[in-house]
Amino acid sequence: MSVSLALPVLIPLLAGALSLAFWRSHLAQRWIGVIGTGALLWSSIVLLKVTWQDGIQVMHMGSWAAPFGIVLVSDLLGAIMVLLTGITGFATALYSLVSIPREHEKFGYYPLLHLLLAGVAGAFLTGDIFNLYVWFEVMLVASFALIILGGERAQMEGAIKYVTLNLFSSALFLSAIGLLYGVTGTLNMADVAQKLSQVPEAEQGLVSVISILFLVAFAIKAAAFPLFFWLPASYHTPQVAVSAIFAGLLTKVGVYVLFRFYTMIFADDTELTHTILLWMGMLTMLTGVLGAAAQYEFRRILSFHIISQIGYMILGLAIFTPLAIVGGVFYIMHHIIVKANLFLVSGLVYRLRGTYELKELGGLYRSHPWLGLWFLIPALSLAGLPPLSGFFAKFVIIRAGVEAGEWLAVAVALIVGLLTLYSMIKIWNEVFWKAAPEGCEQREAPPYTHQGNSLVMYYLPIIGLALMTVLIGVAAQPIYELAEAAAEQLLNPVGYIEAVLGAKP
Amino acid sequence: MMLTAVFAGFVLAALAPWLTARLGGRVGWLFALLPAAIFVWLAGYIPAIAAGESFYYHYPWIPGLDINLTFLLDGLSLLFGLLISGIGTFIMIYAGKYLDGHQYQGRFFLFLLAFMASMLGLVLSSNLIALFVFWELTSITSYMLIGFNHEDEKSRKSAQQGLYVTVGGGLALMTGLVTLAMVGGSYELVELLGSSEVVQEHALYLPILLLILLGTFTKSAQVPFHFWLPNAMAAPTPVSAYLHSATMVKAGVYLMARLHPTLGGTDTWMIVLGLFGAATMFTGSLMAIRSSGLKSVLAYSTVMALGTLTMLLGVGTPTAIAAAVTFLLAHSLYKGALFMTAGNITHETGHKDFRDVGGLRREMPVSTLFGGLAALSLAGILPFFGFIGKELMFEAVLEANTIGTLITLLALASGIMTVAAAAIVGLRPWFGVRKPTKHTPHDPPLAQLLGPGVLASLGLLLGLLPFIAERSVLSAAALAIAGEPVELKLSLWHGFNLPLLMSAISLLVGLTIYWKWDTVRELLQARRFIDTLGAERGYDAIMRALVVVSEWQTRVLQNGHLRYYILTTVMTLFALLAYTILTRYPVWPGVDFSGIELQHLVIAVLIVLAALVAVSTHSRLGAVATLGAVGFGVALMYVMFSAPDVGITQVLVETLTVILLVLVLFRLPGFLDLTEHSTRLRDAIVAVLMGGVFTLLLLMAIDVQFFPSISEYFIEHSYPSAHGRNIVNVILVDFRTLDTLGEIFVLALAAVGVYAMIKLRAEDRKEGDRP
Repeated sequence: MSVSLALPVLIPLLAGALSLAFWRSHLAQRWIGVIGTGALLWSSIVLLKVTWQDGIQVMHMGSWAAPFGIVLVSDLLGAIMVLLTGITGFATALYSLVSIPREHEKFGYYPLLHLLLAGVAGAFLTGDIFNLYVWFEVMLVASFALIILGGERAQMEGAIKYVTLNLFSSALFLSAIGLLYGVTGTLNMADVAQKLSQVPEAEQGLVSVISILFLVAFAIKAAAFPLFFWLPASYHTPQVAVSAIFAGLLTKVGVYVLFRFYTMIFADDTELTHTILLWMGMLTMLTGVLGAAAQYEFRRILSFHIISQIGYMILGLAIFTPLAIVGGVFYIMHHIIVKANLFLVSGLVYRLRGTYELKELGGLYRSHPWLGLWFLIPALSLAGLPPLSGFFAKFVIIRAGVEAGEWLAVAVALIVGLLTLYSMIKIWNEVFWKAAPEGCEQREAPPYTHQGNSLVMYYLPIIGLALMTVLIGVAAQPIYELAEAAAEQLLNPVGYIEAVLGAKP
Repeated sequence: MMLTAVFAGFVLAALAPWLTARLGGRVGWLFALLPAAIFVWLAGYIPAIAAGESFYYHYPWIPGLDINLTFLLDGLSLLFGLLISGIGTFIMIYAGKYLDGHQYQGRFFLFLLAFMASMLGLVLSSNLIALFVFWELTSITSYMLIGFNHEDEKSRKSAQQGLYVTVGGGLALMTGLVTLAMVGGSYELVELLGSSEVVQEHALYLPILLLILLGTFTKSAQVPFHFWLPNAMAAPTPVSAYLHSATMVKAGVYLMARLHPTLGGTDTWMIVLGLFGAATMFTGSLMAIRSSGLKSVLAYSTVMALGTLTMLLGVGTPTAIAAAVTFLLAHSLYKGALFMTAGNITHETGHKDFRDVGGLRREMPVSTLFGGLAALSLAGILPFFGFIGKELMFEAVLEANTIGTLITLLALASGIMTVAAAAIVGLRPWFGVRKPTKHTPHDPPLAQLLGPGVLASLGLLLGLLPFIAERSVLSAAALAIAGEPVELKLSLWHGFNLPLLMSAISLLVGLTIYWKWDTVRELLQARRFIDTLGAERGYDAIMRALVVVSEWQTRVLQNGHLRYYILTTVMTLFALLAYTILTRYPVWPGVDFSGIELQHLVIAVLIVLAALVAVSTHSRLGAVATLGAVGFGVALMYVMFSAPDVGITQVLVETLTVILLVLVLFRLPGFLDLTEHSTRLRDAIVAVLMGGVFTLLLLMAIDVQFFPSISEYFIEHSYPSAHGRNIVNVILVDFRTLDTLGEIFVLALAAVGVYAMIKLRAEDRKEGDRP
């Protein structure tokens, strides 16, 4: 057992509580914001290091033995996801210092941010299905509050759709938990996995039905086709720092649980579940990318691309060979960093030009060539061009698809890659290459009165994340090894089960 | 050393903007040092490689995925490496002067150097994926260079078109390479070159071949993908000379040549490459004399050359391969020189069309000389190197057996038109009547003459002394393509034979066409249907369709109405559940009514009735009240089935909810009947279906318990270990305390959210902060 396991959950909870305690002091909240997310990042690095070196980490909450109490478990996938949470959280916190209006700070932006991160980290680390539900609730309420923070009409409209559809998912999730508990008499994931493998053959049908309930509940969270409606309805409405963290993390929690459940827990009726996932993945990719092609607003384009990229990850899971799972994990890692960064870039463009509409933008390559570079890196990476992170992510999935003979999936993945490039080039053409339309330069959004003119805090996280994108590509071998080891743990859950429940006598 | 050679270009590229800002146009000479050094270094390998050796270098990159930086230096890669670095040297010098003082010269060099490095990496790589990485990098750098004048919409469109076509083909190529590696059992070219039997007999041979050819055809501008290349002429001239004639567009040809030992030699290979190559060759030469722009004539003649090379690789006989390497070298030399000369004409006179220039020989004598020499090689006139290439080409098509007659006719026709095009390029600007020009022309400075001079002179030198080329690299290159030694027998004079006759015919007819060029061109241009051939219209149609389809899809799917979103979500769930139950659970659950007592039934009926009233009432208050009744009914159920504390909680929640809702809704009017009858019917059906399937689920799951529940443990340990008699409480605060902690934060979050929602409203925001 290791304390480092609890820290990624405790730190943001504590930071959130402290921020609430300093409700009136913006300065304190801003410091807590940076220090809290910084500490989260640090603890997540430690956790991944420990998990990599010493194997799966387990912590029994309240020292109640598993499967009776709640356990926190960190296998490699969980630890990787927590690290990505730390990276995104820290980058966003820095960016928030300059991009969040005073009004929003006054009404609880920072506590909401911390508690959102706590919910995300909790979801990645918990080894208990009901506890997972609780963290989903934390995330849902925190994200709902972040979407409406500011009270614009568009925000309210988006938030209603967001919360309604996500509540439906929660209700479904809860029903599924109830049924699963009825069948297995336990909530501990390792225990569930072990018990389900002992369910008599004749009763497997019921397990399959339950797995469908979970599948739909999680697919809603992951914004898969045809359950993604809440995402494009809401993601472009809040502050861009919020969009960035949502884009990076929230749907990925859905993807994460799909990976967790449909490798470790429901891996018996793959003919049903993984066929559904395969079609879901392909259609998600296609509809997402086509949705983006129809948009002319920076953040809306990016929002639709979240959906299409989710499709790639689901595809990796659906093909269900070891290499495909590796590809899926690699894709998640690459995607979170790239996607969050693209939103941050869109926010900086807004800061410079006061609009997100492509038609009203232009001339930024002339005036800000470096920003052009910081946009192109994540954008081309998203489109899967080498030698950036996205290329290797896509390559692994394509290779897995070819080797598994999933030709249709490969074709869809390739076409979607090209269409992703189409959208990114559209942004590049309109925002950077095109000459600035009349009066464009004058519309610069003035900085918030308390934040000065410096753009350093805008650039810092953007550059950091862009460099990571390059690094993941250029030094892909260690990342690949990590993804490979994580996939190995998922596909052979014995290690996980033994770590949680103790080795069988 | 190999790594340094490939990656030095990238490093220098990163420094280029900074260096250019310091040194201005002179920086071209500095940048030229790198390709010159690479050229010299590669030239050092000539003796060994000419003797039949090849060199292999291995640097690990991502061994887990079989992606490594492995390099293969044999005759073929050496030939390309020398061309890239050699021509690159002159291009750097030329571009330094050509774009001297341009605002973005630094960025230009950045992409040009990065391109050069990528191109070198491409032709030297032995690893398929590393090769592909460099392949894509050339597409991206090419994109940045075509769109160099990016504030011009046409430039942006052309850049975009080139990118989509080449990257689209690239994706097919990647799939082809991955499949090839799977079938051939290796990602290394050196190993695949020996596994042609395994690959060609495999069921996936045809898909592999077609996918790879899709990649190479798009890159090397073969019909029907050739349209992007002339449009790419929006780039500055050094780019057209380097990327779009001498190097990048030959990447596809390179790869076909490279994979010839593995994939080539089959009937499919011969027919596909032969037909597409010949069609491209014919199209290119026809379009060349149909155009009149300085660069478009040259661009189309490049298309012609690329088609010729593809066709020759398709024919695949020793003569054809000898012709291919010779033609390749000849073309790179004269085309580089011609493009740079054309750039000089535009630079000096300000004109971009052959119709606007003439009689410049007096003002630009040196340019006339070099341009003329290069054009003679293009025309394939004795004793230039181009002549040897052309003779061999005629010889090769004459001996091709599969589709020989067709491609021979096409080759002769293109030969004729190529002579005409060469005459346009080599005579028109210099001789005839002196046409008035925007600027007063003179010969450009050394930097802009060096390249054309050296390349054009080489065309003559190698023509006179062909054994130099043959013995240094061409034989070795032919060996690499054929997979076995090929005797080139390069010489100017092959005696009086059919190829010579064809040359003579093409010269005569070609010159006649040139004599009547204005008439011929107008005649051809009047045939508008030629414009409608080719895939550019297909490309445009796809681009338009993409927007239409995507907008339609978004209108249908993301239509903005929450009710449709919910409807779709619910129906998806229903469909998946129903399918699973039907296929996985054939036995209908037996329902045992024996335990039901009267009071249960009464409550159940009450709940159902209340729910029915709730959905049908027109009064908001009524709906709230009946929903409350449903809740209380459920609470009663809890009480009856020995869960009184849960029942009490339920009662509390229901009471509060009803009171709150009544307070909020008190002043609102009744529902208006906004929904159609049919809509309500639809919703009712959906609700019944969903409710039905859930009921079924519960019936299925009830009493199914395969394992003892963990609640036994809680009952057992609640008092002895946790010191609490109320098990529910102990579970909440001890056994599962983390859940409770989470829920506490959920409440806190909800409080913050609600507070912000009430207090921070956009309309009330004070002035001063940003609106």
